[in-house]
Amino acid sequence: TVVDEFGTPLPGVSVIFVGTTTGAATDFNGQYRLTVPNDVNEVKFSYIGYLDQVLEVGAQSIIDVTLQPDSEQLEEVVVIGYGSAKKEDLTGSVTAINASDFNQGAITSPQDLLNGKVSGVQITTGGGAPGAGSTIRIRGGASLNASNDPLIIIDGVPLDNDGVSGMRNPLNTINPNDIETFNVLKDASATAIYGSRASNGVILITTKKGQKGKLSVDYTGTVSVAKVNETVDVLTADEYRSFMSQNFPQYAEGGSSQLLGSANTDWQDQVFRTAVSTDHNVAVSGAVKDMIPFRLSVGYNNSQGVLEQSDMERTTVALNLTPKFFDDHLSTNASIKFVDINNSFSNEGAIGSATAFDPTQPVKSSDAAYAPYGGYYTWLDAQGTPMYSIAPGNPVAMIDQRTDVSDVMRSIGNIQLDYKFHFLPKMRANLNMGYDYSKSRGNIAVSPEAGFDAGAVDRDGSFSRYEQIKRNELLDFYLQYADEISGLDLKYDVMGGYSYQYFRNENENWSTFGNGEQLENWHTLYKQHNNLQSFFGRANFNLKEKYLVTATLRADGSSKFNEDNRWGIFPAVALGWKLDKENFMAGATAVSQLKLRAGWGITGQQDIGPNFGYMPIYVGSQPDADYSFYNPNTGEWVTVPTNRPSGYDQNLKWEETTTWNVGFDFGFFDDKITGTLEGYYRNTKDLLNYIPVPAGSNLTNMLTTNVGNMTNKGVEFNINTKLVQTKDFFWDLGLNATYNENEITKLTLTDDPNYEGVRTGGVAGGMDIYAQRHKVGYPASSFFLYEQVYDESGKPMEGIYKDQNGDGKIDESDLVYSGNPAPKWMFGFTSKMTYKNWDFSVAGRAYLGGMVYNNVASEKGHAQAAHTSGQVATNVHYSAMETDFQSPQLLSDYYLESGNFFRLDNIMVGYNFFNLFDKDINARVYGTVNNVYLGTQYSGIDPEIFGGMDQNMYPRPTTYMMGVNLSF
Amino acid sequence: CLNRLDLDPIDPNEDTNISTPEDYFAYLTKLYAGLSNTGQNGGDGDLGGADPGATQYWRVFWNAQEFPTDEVVNSWTDEGAPDMSYMTWSANNPFVLGMYNRIYYQISATNEFLRKSADLKLEDLPDWKEDENGDKPVYATEEQEQWIAEARYLRAYSYWHALDFFGNKVPFVTEEDPIGSFMPMPAGTDERGPELFNYVMEELEYLVSAESKLPAIRQAWLGRADKGAALMLLSKLYLNHEVYLGNKVAGYYEKGREHLSRLINEGGYSLYTQAETENYSAYQSLFMADNEKTASEVIFMIMSDSRSMRHWGGTTYLIAAGIGGDMDAQAQGINSGWGGNRATPTMVDNMELRGGDDRVMFAREDEGQSKEIDNSAEFQQGYGVKKWNNLQQNGTKKNETEGVFTDTNIPVFRLADAYLMLAEFDLRIEGSVSGVAKTYVDAILERADANPVSSINLDFILDERGRELYWEGHRRTDLIRFGKYTKDMNWSFKGGSPSGVPNLSDHLELYPIPAADLGANTNLSQNAGY
Repeated sequence: TVVDEFGTPLPGVSVIFVGTTTGAATDFNGQYRLTVPNDVNEVKFSYIGYLDQVLEVGAQSIIDVTLQPDSEQLEEVVVIGYGSAKKEDLTGSVTAINASDFNQGAITSPQDLLNGKVSGVQITTGGGAPGAGSTIRIRGGASLNASNDPLIIIDGVPLDNDGVSGMRNPLNTINPNDIETFNVLKDASATAIYGSRASNGVILITTKKGQKGKLSVDYTGTVSVAKVNETVDVLTADEYRSFMSQNFPQYAEGGSSQLLGSANTDWQDQVFRTAVSTDHNVAVSGAVKDMIPFRLSVGYNNSQGVLEQSDMERTTVALNLTPKFFDDHLSTNASIKFVDINNSFSNEGAIGSATAFDPTQPVKSSDAAYAPYGGYYTWLDAQGTPMYSIAPGNPVAMIDQRTDVSDVMRSIGNIQLDYKFHFLPKMRANLNMGYDYSKSRGNIAVSPEAGFDAGAVDRDGSFSRYEQIKRNELLDFYLQYADEISGLDLKYDVMGGYSYQYFRNENENWSTFGNGEQLENWHTLYKQHNNLQSFFGRANFNLKEKYLVTATLRADGSSKFNEDNRWGIFPAVALGWKLDKENFMAGATAVSQLKLRAGWGITGQQDIGPNFGYMPIYVGSQPDADYSFYNPNTGEWVTVPTNRPSGYDQNLKWEETTTWNVGFDFGFFDDKITGTLEGYYRNTKDLLNYIPVPAGSNLTNMLTTNVGNMTNKGVEFNINTKLVQTKDFFWDLGLNATYNENEITKLTLTDDPNYEGVRTGGVAGGMDIYAQRHKVGYPASSFFLYEQVYDESGKPMEGIYKDQNGDGKIDESDLVYSGNPAPKWMFGFTSKMTYKNWDFSVAGRAYLGGMVYNNVASEKGHAQAAHTSGQVATNVHYSAMETDFQSPQLLSDYYLESGNFFRLDNIMVGYNFFNLFDKDINARVYGTVNNVYLGTQYSGIDPEIFGGMDQNMYPRPTTYMMGVNLSF
Repeated sequence: CLNRLDLDPIDPNEDTNISTPEDYFAYLTKLYAGLSNTGQNGGDGDLGGADPGATQYWRVFWNAQEFPTDEVVNSWTDEGAPDMSYMTWSANNPFVLGMYNRIYYQISATNEFLRKSADLKLEDLPDWKEDENGDKPVYATEEQEQWIAEARYLRAYSYWHALDFFGNKVPFVTEEDPIGSFMPMPAGTDERGPELFNYVMEELEYLVSAESKLPAIRQAWLGRADKGAALMLLSKLYLNHEVYLGNKVAGYYEKGREHLSRLINEGGYSLYTQAETENYSAYQSLFMADNEKTASEVIFMIMSDSRSMRHWGGTTYLIAAGIGGDMDAQAQGINSGWGGNRATPTMVDNMELRGGDDRVMFAREDEGQSKEIDNSAEFQQGYGVKKWNNLQQNGTKKNETEGVFTDTNIPVFRLADAYLMLAEFDLRIEGSVSGVAKTYVDAILERADANPVSSINLDFILDERGRELYWEGHRRTDLIRFGKYTKDMNWSFKGGSPSGVPNLSDHLELYPIPAADLGANTNLSQNAGY
């Protein structure tokens, strides 16, 4: 048995006979078994973070070993931008999450592994569709209109932030099972090396690599079942009947123009299903001829969504080769990832239709009137034509009569050469060449019988398809020199390099109707590209192992700006002070580490949307927006394409975010308790805002230009404890908390105090109605609503709002700040327990202080929603029973609710079998539940909605999963 | 390698400059299309921050001209829509902002066209491209000076809208100003003052002069501007000058009448009096999908085409928004209605006053509508109006499969309007109508199959304009000119109440300068009363 200094068994320790390649690894109980060859007498035990031990074999049959930690090696090494650093020497805010800490369960997208694990990081899935994308915000986001997405770098290849057509989430390229670590870089000191793309943080994803040693095979297979927990609270058929008799007797049964049917249909029940998904992964790792370590993995995922016909089928292949040459002077890291995804998107519009469709109508009807529409019940006018422009579509027909599928292939790969100079081993050269290529194709077909679709039903169906090709290229090169001046007890390393990245994409669309009719050249082709080139450098100083200084500088040139603004300079400096190494701390034995960090830096944001926003661009018209003149002399029509000059801002430039960061890293009781406490202040200036330009001064009314300022300030705290560490029982507990406050401090050139701000948060149920604004003095996307007045019984009084300015009328000037969608507080917790062969883990999150606007209720929660023009009956949201609203009250703060929630994200129980059949086979069987419990007072389905507008989101199901893992 | 940062667009739909005659003509066409299309494809918008369809030029123009009058009640609850009917708009009203933005988009795009055209001459450009048959485009023989004149006409047309809706303190920019970020100065310091009026007047006086290269009257294609369009606009400017300037100027009515007489006498226009079939009257045919056939009466037209011009404004809006309830959408040539606009009872009474009139085209009780309105949000209250129609005179759609977008063109200015204006000039100058003008008015009544009139006074003119030109986007301007917009007249939901508020504050005659622009441009100041 091999144990650590506390007597805990160490699994995975390499045990090799010296001078041979024969050996074994310890199992989960730290045990190993070897047959001793004749000609050896020494055996070597080695394990990462521990000192090697070489023992004589002699005649003993059992060799028990206690490995001692290597104080040098114990230091966790963390991947940072263009290199790596020892964790204890970090001066910036970097959080590393390893595979063992990932969220568990039916996870198809990488970002879900991370959710709730890192303070300051908010990850919000867009809904429950298979492989759905997420919005990731690090420290609240630094931009308003430019992208707020962090830069994501996979094995050294930075991805662009634009989506990939036909893919719900570009991160689905990576199989979660292949990921080794996530490193989240949060402050400027850590991110400034990525300059103009760093303002919103950086996430580095590192995939698993092969190890020298025995060939190992790892198989994981899971089966999961997902179910919708709750549906939107609309009236049942009987409730709706009685509602109609009371409110609109003329449309109810027996009425003069009766609209209702005799069926009892729960439309939401019709469109949702119990979904079954499977996932299989095989990974083989080892070394070819003990020379070329490799890891090859193949994954297959087949996910069903809870909405009928929403599916994803994904095959991933990943290969990593990490050979070293010339006495380890040249390290090579070659990596290729390949994914093929087949998506079926279903028709998510059916989710909203299912809440609106009259529950007294059947799904299908044998009435001949509906035969042209596949027998699906469809609202028809007196002439028998579908009333698609005022009636909701039959939700089941919307799904069954429309297909929306895609096939995407994507590959990301790179080769990284790291050369330690033979004549000067302190000098390292690193060359990284990479690519990111994707090809997507998709088809959308609507049946000629589709009574919900105007174009399709009038023209024998409609068909469209799209293709996209993206080609991104990368080249990085840097030199690093590390040395020490022993007289001064100063270690230092300096690094400098160059990076080139080119992004290009082409999109092509076609669409035609089934009757062959198509608009002339009804085909579009779009091509875009941009280029980013950079020089960067970093210097680290470590004086007496106590005082740390890091300085970085990046110069970025982007093709998105005109020559005068093209280059941006992004500096950062950070200091670290290892207090625990000071003499005055020598007595404090409880303190195992204590470090104070302080940093300042400037980062930028160049992901501003248009690639050529600084130059005049003329845009041609598509064939449905030409202009047709008529020549009365010849009777001919002359159709002419048009040419539009676009508005532009030739002074467009980077957004700049200045970040101050102060943090403590601490460890107590031999690091049984470790954690970090950090505070930050971020100020973005030259914020790109899409603002009204003075009328007549430009070729548009709204322009993206650098005008605003915004601040984010916050505190982050995380703590990890090894609560129990005994022979049989381990319990790790982790907790993190984040507080963030956001405020817009400037938005326009003129600082007009009456400026109403930028409207955002479009409300469904009316045209051009917005619930949110970006306004100076308030957080981004703040809600501005009327303050509802209630009667004595607490019932909202329809149309009665507080007259805020006392001018005797209620108009836009009475809209007041009513909250904002971003949570002020975010908490995450993780608990992991191991008892003998059992393990049990739980993870959850709580968000406090954000608001959600219940648009599902406000759109349909009034009597008028019960019919359209007396021609179509439509269901009503249950809130109408409580409010008795007759007409929509879309801007009432009655619909604004607290978005506080606690979510138990996952629970897992696993059991491990070691040395199955007395062979070197380990197995594990486990079960998880994802999205176990949601505790909230929110009246809608789920308050976790990025942006705070609840508009018939694809519901997040609860997923039950069984999995098995075999390794040998 | 670093020079790879100097990228140019590679998109086939984008160009960094205009360099061929085709490019210039496509740009000129965009200036026309700005009155119709919302952007460079069906769903696209030239403007930001608003629904493109809802802020299409003619749709916002028509709403601003018709919602606050006796001709229309709208049932929609979209933000700002009831305020347009109730005359309770504020400086943040999205409809007001939509109109303002569309006007200034046209002006800015025209200014840039004129700047570009001044830089180079057509003859310096490469020759016209030939098509696959070896033919050059039909417009290849045209001159650059003509295009410049057309652009100036379009700019004057939009500036006229700015003057009419927002007054004299609006931003003023011409091709002399740069493109970029600066704050334009207002045209003048008073809401009712001479600066913008004089500018539009001088532009148009030049365009109608012998020097100008604008095509002679009725010598341009339908949809393009000729001297007839400029004469009509100039006459309208003079006719309304008392409103725009705040005082009467001696000789302006006479000048207006002079231009109008030239238009009528030189133009060879004639009323369209003979429909092709029995199914529809000649008057109805003016507003149908093949109304290019009524060209003899058309002075300026905004074109529609359900294939090549797809947007949610123009006649698509006019027709669809006017259909709802139990009305038969197919009879109006579209698949279904949007249930928005109806007539007020005041308009119904005025329409029916003279009896037996072809112009009366209501959806009444037999189609589920009621005349009186006590809830403006209920579409079936108020008579439907079936004047705008997407069928051709032969009863079919122009594009049989099309029922979503329309083909009906918009006769912005037509001869009947000019005839009524001539009579009005007579009344304003001499106090009585000349014999010629009387025959013109009689011709209008005769075409409409309405009872003849013995004597004509100004009250008759206003009422008759209501009967002949209703729902064509003239009413607000007419009511203001006759002093009956805020005072001395009442209709349902004027001021917001079902019975109407007869007298309102005069400041409502101008819309407020949108708050968005006041915030962006500190040189501007708000109109009085807002």
